[in-house]
Amino acid sequence: MDKVIKSANEAAEKIIEWSEEHKIETCFDRAQRMKPCPIGASGACCKICHMGPCRLVRASSEEETTGVCGATVSTISARNLLRMAVAGSAAHSDHARDMAFTLLAAAEGEAKDFAVKDVRKLYRVAGILNIEFEGRPVNDVARDVALKLIEDFGRQKGEINFIKRAPKKTIERWKKWGIIPRGVDREIAEAMHRTHMGVDHDPDNLLLSALKVSLADGWGGSMISTDITDILFGTPAPVRSEASFGIFKEDEVNLVVHGHEPSLAEMIVDVVNEPEMIEYAKSKGAKGINLGGMCCTANEVLMRHGIPTAGGFTNQELAILTGLVDAITVDVQCIMPSLAELSKKFHTKLITTSYKAKTPGAMHIQYDEHRAREIAREIVRTAIDNFQNRKTEGSHISDKFPVIAGFSHEYIEYMQGGRWRASFRPLNDAIIAGRIRGVVGLAGCDNPRFPSQGLHRFLATELIKSDVLIVSTGCGSAACGTAGYLTPEMALEHAGPGLREVCEAIGIPPILHLGACVDNSRILTIVSAMAEEGGLSDEIGGMPAVGIAPEWMSEKAIAIGCYLAASGVPVIFGGDSPVEASQEVTHIMTEVWFERFRGAMHFEPDPEKILSMTLDYIDRAREALKLRKYEPGKFGAERVLMDMSTRRELEKAAKPHLGIY
Amino acid sequence: MSKIIASAAIRGASRLVKQAEEMLEKAITEKGADFTFEFPDTAYYMPLIYALTGFAVKNLADMKVALSMAKEQLHSEPEEKIWKPYLGEALDSGMASLFAEEIIMALRYIYGLEPATDPETGYVYNGFITDTIQRNLGIQLVDGTMPGFAAVIGAAPDDDTAVSIIRELQEKNILIFLAGQVNGNSVTKQLLRKGVELGWDTRIVPVGPDTEHTIYPLDWSIRASLIFGGKKPGDFKGHLKYTKDRVFAFALVLGELDDIKWTTGAGAINMGYPAICDTDVPVIHPTGVCIYEEVDKEFDHSKIVQKAIEVRGLKITIEKPPIPVAYGPAFEGERIRKEDMFIEFGGSRTPSFEWVRMKEMDEIEDNKVIVVGDSWKEKYEKGGKMPLGIVIDVAGRKMQKDFESVIERKIHHNINEAQGVWHMGQRDINWIRISNNAKKEGFTLEHLGIINSTMTHTRFKSIVDKVQVTIYTEEEDVLKIQEEARQSYKERDQRLGGLIDENVDTFYSCLLCQSFAPSHVCVISPERLGLCGAYNWLDCKAAFEIDPTGGNQPIKKGELIDARYGRYTGIDEYLRKASGGAVETLNLYTIMENPMTSCGCFECIVAIVPEANGVMIVQRGHTGMTPVGMKFTTLAGTVGGGTQNPGFMGIGRNFIISRKFLAGDGGIKRIVWMTKNLKESLREAFTKRAQEEGVPDLLDKIADEDICEDSEKLLEFLSSVGHPALEMESIL
Repeated sequence: MDKVIKSANEAAEKIIEWSEEHKIETCFDRAQRMKPCPIGASGACCKICHMGPCRLVRASSEEETTGVCGATVSTISARNLLRMAVAGSAAHSDHARDMAFTLLAAAEGEAKDFAVKDVRKLYRVAGILNIEFEGRPVNDVARDVALKLIEDFGRQKGEINFIKRAPKKTIERWKKWGIIPRGVDREIAEAMHRTHMGVDHDPDNLLLSALKVSLADGWGGSMISTDITDILFGTPAPVRSEASFGIFKEDEVNLVVHGHEPSLAEMIVDVVNEPEMIEYAKSKGAKGINLGGMCCTANEVLMRHGIPTAGGFTNQELAILTGLVDAITVDVQCIMPSLAELSKKFHTKLITTSYKAKTPGAMHIQYDEHRAREIAREIVRTAIDNFQNRKTEGSHISDKFPVIAGFSHEYIEYMQGGRWRASFRPLNDAIIAGRIRGVVGLAGCDNPRFPSQGLHRFLATELIKSDVLIVSTGCGSAACGTAGYLTPEMALEHAGPGLREVCEAIGIPPILHLGACVDNSRILTIVSAMAEEGGLSDEIGGMPAVGIAPEWMSEKAIAIGCYLAASGVPVIFGGDSPVEASQEVTHIMTEVWFERFRGAMHFEPDPEKILSMTLDYIDRAREALKLRKYEPGKFGAERVLMDMSTRRELEKAAKPHLGIY
Repeated sequence: MSKIIASAAIRGASRLVKQAEEMLEKAITEKGADFTFEFPDTAYYMPLIYALTGFAVKNLADMKVALSMAKEQLHSEPEEKIWKPYLGEALDSGMASLFAEEIIMALRYIYGLEPATDPETGYVYNGFITDTIQRNLGIQLVDGTMPGFAAVIGAAPDDDTAVSIIRELQEKNILIFLAGQVNGNSVTKQLLRKGVELGWDTRIVPVGPDTEHTIYPLDWSIRASLIFGGKKPGDFKGHLKYTKDRVFAFALVLGELDDIKWTTGAGAINMGYPAICDTDVPVIHPTGVCIYEEVDKEFDHSKIVQKAIEVRGLKITIEKPPIPVAYGPAFEGERIRKEDMFIEFGGSRTPSFEWVRMKEMDEIEDNKVIVVGDSWKEKYEKGGKMPLGIVIDVAGRKMQKDFESVIERKIHHNINEAQGVWHMGQRDINWIRISNNAKKEGFTLEHLGIINSTMTHTRFKSIVDKVQVTIYTEEEDVLKIQEEARQSYKERDQRLGGLIDENVDTFYSCLLCQSFAPSHVCVISPERLGLCGAYNWLDCKAAFEIDPTGGNQPIKKGELIDARYGRYTGIDEYLRKASGGAVETLNLYTIMENPMTSCGCFECIVAIVPEANGVMIVQRGHTGMTPVGMKFTTLAGTVGGGTQNPGFMGIGRNFIISRKFLAGDGGIKRIVWMTKNLKESLREAFTKRAQEEGVPDLLDKIADEDICEDSEKLLEFLSSVGHPALEMESIL
């Protein structure tokens, strides 16, 4: 039998091979054994009431087979998709809520270990929220910002605060279709109500609800989380770090922070540098304390502190298999329950920290932002104490790659012109001139059902070769980082000639790491700023920009896809379609949404097709914007030479630059 | 690659900031932190720092604060491998360098080291460029005669190349600043060796020997945004957008570059000014910070000027008559000294005049030049002096008698713009010189005709269909035709005297300045010329005929709403539109209520002196104090940028002697203080106006800088002479 490649990440593959030799099971084995349920996978299974579950199979046409209640396959698959979007939005937004309350506690002096670190960002957000900040104590402003953003969760009427950051035309479209979210919790509750047995049966209406609840995520929960995290812990700027399993050190205490919420991890970053802690580690025979990240908690601390990452979602079990991890602390989301059993095979301590996210067999240390440092110390001490239990077994891997990360919206604006000339003009210019063909957000999870991270690698290399600038988040970033793609040299060696020129001028990698999956909100603000800057589309829709989640698996990905589509970005998901059973639903999510919002959501298992669809979307957008046709190596601005009379007309033609901030 | 440039810019910035710090510490130790400083003749402190940060540096302690702002912008060099981004950091470093250079130059002024002197030749560089020069250049910046600005840094490979590059820039009407050196050699020295005339008159301005001196032209350009653009200090986005979009400056970097050149260049790129080098440097092509490329190279010196112009996105159209010498406004300021002169005409040395005459189409032959006088060639060849009458006959379907004087006033520029030919005066008091060099190149009297026929066609395209020039050289002819001309001058003057606001139904707008001062609109009536002094009602009328969509548009007066203050429905309506709603209404004849706005290139400023119940007038270039407690430069700072400022107004000199001058406020009797310069230059006409107003000795009752420079002494003087303003109704 041919060997099955399970991960495209060579280091991961080595560990998987080691695990197979040692008969230790991982998600890769389980994915082989456990095939997806074919009925559920296509969206044709309804289990929302106890007359069922109903399996709508063998339908010769969509009308013929229905559930017991009479629900059609279109109703059922739309309802299932909406439920996924709800869960995804709930996850991001609940994370955001915790951040907002942490900011409030810090501002009110109740969380003494935290303080506003980025006052400039606080003021900027206060400005957006119309909160007076000049001449006021920082904590007063922070409190008002926190309270105002907390309103977004429980608001019953009106609009969530950050909607106004979108371009006017984009907002117009949302208004027209009635999908401006009122409050995060209300949209989530309403969507759950709609999907209860016997409520909303109109696929289009259900899918509009999916867009609405997802907008509450993108322009609500996620954006709130990004901004508050920047305020509390600093707006990211480029940092150098490393990625992959080689970040673990043989002679130091290896502690991994895993999950999605950064506040505990931030405190741990602080604590591992305390001299007493280092002394304590030394007293236990270690040379020091080595902190590493995993999944999106990794992205948060990588972006802000250069903490190295062991990789994304599918690397989590493999990290333990190295045998080098003394403790892995997890917060929320995307944590495999298998870690508990797996860690028992090694000396690794799995520590859960959220009352919302417990795993049988794990040690639980409840995190509380009011006692953050104390808890962080307890965790670090647990890891140190466990160092001496480390055994020699495990797949010790030394591969690692350098990484440049830390591209916040603010830094991307800065890097194009410095503090005096910061703007998105150069990026828009580069797109207009054809140096950059378009922009792709490469996001989403990695998935053991594919050679894991392989689709990310394939698309990343092909796209940059075609002069497409990539912004990456979440496990997409991790996949690129552990492949060695997040370096400026990558542009010189592998980018197309135009993209290469831009990367060289600025000094950037061709793939910009924007942060965690919650930071996909940065894509929204970046594209809004591009629209505001002018010269391309005057709304998010119509930009030569596409979102891709090639290896998605989580419901958060569906929420992200929906809010990007509603905002005007065509999104392509890899793998089989969860709404495949209904042609009607597929039609609505692609063509109907595109007509209404200039965005769409496709599911496409063939990576080559994902690539060609992406380039096609970009080229069609270029054509519609009357930009010069993309030709590799041929670019240049149309020179308009100015005489005096054209200079006098400048003012009339000029559009004031308002910017997103 | 760009990383090399970024590294150099970042290194250079650290060096300059350190140098500035050492110099500043020394100065503080020696002179004390409260030692005050200002650059000569500017209202804008340290202009770049002031414009971008809003911080006014007034003494050494302030300078230290400014230096700390520069320090904040320093960064570390990008790593060898796996580098972090560097463009934003390099641009910041460039700006830090400009801040440091501004401080270094200020300190050099304090120690008497500026303007710099070349130790070998004794040549004194220009140093800091004053507000006055800036405002003097005003109209040229906007009418297309000075479309761009080049900072030429370093030295050309040889003297001849330096001259040819500079000549090409001059012929393209570009204002040239020289700074920097390569191994002790510089373009300034190269031009001096070749005997090229340097200075503002020839548009070649060596500002200093080192790269750091480039800060002077940058300081000058940022003031365009403050003065004409009306951008507020601290509005750095506004200022830098203005310089990028409207100030068409670029650097030509000749010879090797060092860290200081790169870092200064990075600073200039912040302002939108690209650099074109003649050496094999890394290039930065992606656009957006500059309109086009940021750094480019061109090894061929015969192409480098054209390349630079394209990279900056500049369109230059030059009209050159077929004559054997170079031509363009850059040569207008050239002097011809007696020893360089081959021949001269007029200037009370010989009879001479110039006259434009309207003819019927069939009366003249287009482009014909006739030189009358059998032996004119022999006489000309001998040199010395000759009588000269220039008669320009024009015909055209849209030609009007009124345009004769408009066309005639351009003769001065037509002739003066030829290299080696000099012109002064007008009508029958003109004076022309031709230099030995021009003669050597083959310049003859026929060329005087060719210049005038070509340029009259060029300047008055759609008015003039045919131009014929006759040049008289025999004294007898000259004297005879001069009499005819004088008759015509007299008729014109009489007609012009009758040209009053009440007798026309159309005024004109002047929007020329909108390329620099986007929100200002001049309203020009027969009795109120443009505040720059360059455009009167007839000029505008002709300009509109020439280009119906151009910078001068007719404004139907409409209904007279307020006769005293000069408010018309048509003007209000027009202004609301043309100013984008910024100006609602305008009164032509008062300074007190909704007066005219200013672009910044006004010849004079009128300001009320409330305690004297009158107004004072000071002209551009007057550096002394005035009774309102502000110098011209400071006053000017409060008037420009297209806003209405009751009590303050920019005007053209000749408006003072108009019957409509502050007519609603009491007219010229309100003038209580006026500089001697204005008094003298306007004496004759003013006295006539004073007689009409019934105060024939008014001029003597008006104080000037010799009498007082403060309001207390002014009041004493006014009461002692019994100035009529004291008896008039309150001006407030």
